[in-house]
Amino acid sequence: MHTHKEEVVLHVHASNDNLAEHVQEILKEQNIYAVNVMGAPGVGKTTTLENIIKHLKGAVYVLEGDIESDIDTQRLCKQNIAARQINTFGACHLDAPLIHKAVHDWQFEKDGFLFIENVGNLVCPAEFSIGENIKMLIVSVTDGSDKPYKYPLAFEKAGIIILNKIDLLPHVDFDEKFFMDGVRHLNKDVPVFKVCGKTGEGFQAVAEFLKKIKSCKL
Amino acid sequence: MHELPITEEIIRLAEETAKEKKGKVKTIELVVGLDSGFIGESIQMYFDVISQNTLCEGAKLTLIPVQPELQCENCGKNFQRKPFSFACPHCGGNGVPTKIGKELYIKSLELEVPD
Repeated sequence: MHTHKEEVVLHVHASNDNLAEHVQEILKEQNIYAVNVMGAPGVGKTTTLENIIKHLKGAVYVLEGDIESDIDTQRLCKQNIAARQINTFGACHLDAPLIHKAVHDWQFEKDGFLFIENVGNLVCPAEFSIGENIKMLIVSVTDGSDKPYKYPLAFEKAGIIILNKIDLLPHVDFDEKFFMDGVRHLNKDVPVFKVCGKTGEGFQAVAEFLKKIKSCKL
Repeated sequence: MHELPITEEIIRLAEETAKEKKGKVKTIELVVGLDSGFIGESIQMYFDVISQNTLCEGAKLTLIPVQPELQCENCGKNFQRKPFSFACPHCGGNGVPTKIGKELYIKSLELEVPD
């Protein structure tokens, strides 16, 4: 026996990323545009989806990721939205194997959106590719304006940012300039949409943006 | 919980190379960027537990941390950011994120192989 040193470069995310690419191929073949919906718990991810979907014509599918329960899936199904549930039972994010399992036998109608609502968490979901076309980050004014500085990766990777609960602006100390400065440092061109989940204000523009970017990408 | 699946993948990758060479893993050098989202010490903790009964059992995990760097849009220099600031310490310009500090890969494997 002898020891022998192998110089290698073995990327720990490689197998997840390869599977994420495969997921994207499966979805692309069926003309499905996938949106990875990220945000902290209680920020209004499901409410945002409900509001966006109202403005989207054509097929829309939702994969709900939660540690436990199917509360959100039931809520969407009651509105005749084609939603399915993924439970991670403790894991803090969705990854490509979970999404692959969920989509590989799902017969989608042509030309639609798949919204994948990640586990409520501002940290880990940004680290794992799941085969999405775009990452949509939802933050709310009640979270505080320091979030881009504290959770930079989620802001850096977002292709669209939704700032929710703007009706509460008069009641909270949200420094919009400080927030936007942080966003712009991390992600110069990302569109930021101000919305109110309660009244539906601002969601038409979000839907229009998604329709436009989908027609460019697919 | 967060580092568990990552540690499993590290062991799987190291075992794959060890099997190819018909050897056993003695040392793993792991590069972990401090902005990778993964804590080296947590990976170490899981590694010690779940490497048992694998080709990595008893192996030493050597962590190589990488400090994250921003690049100044104005003067082009790389720098490490201060909390709540993205400003370049050289010229005050705007620092944008780079890939430095987000690494997570195995750099080398020391294997015990048959003569």
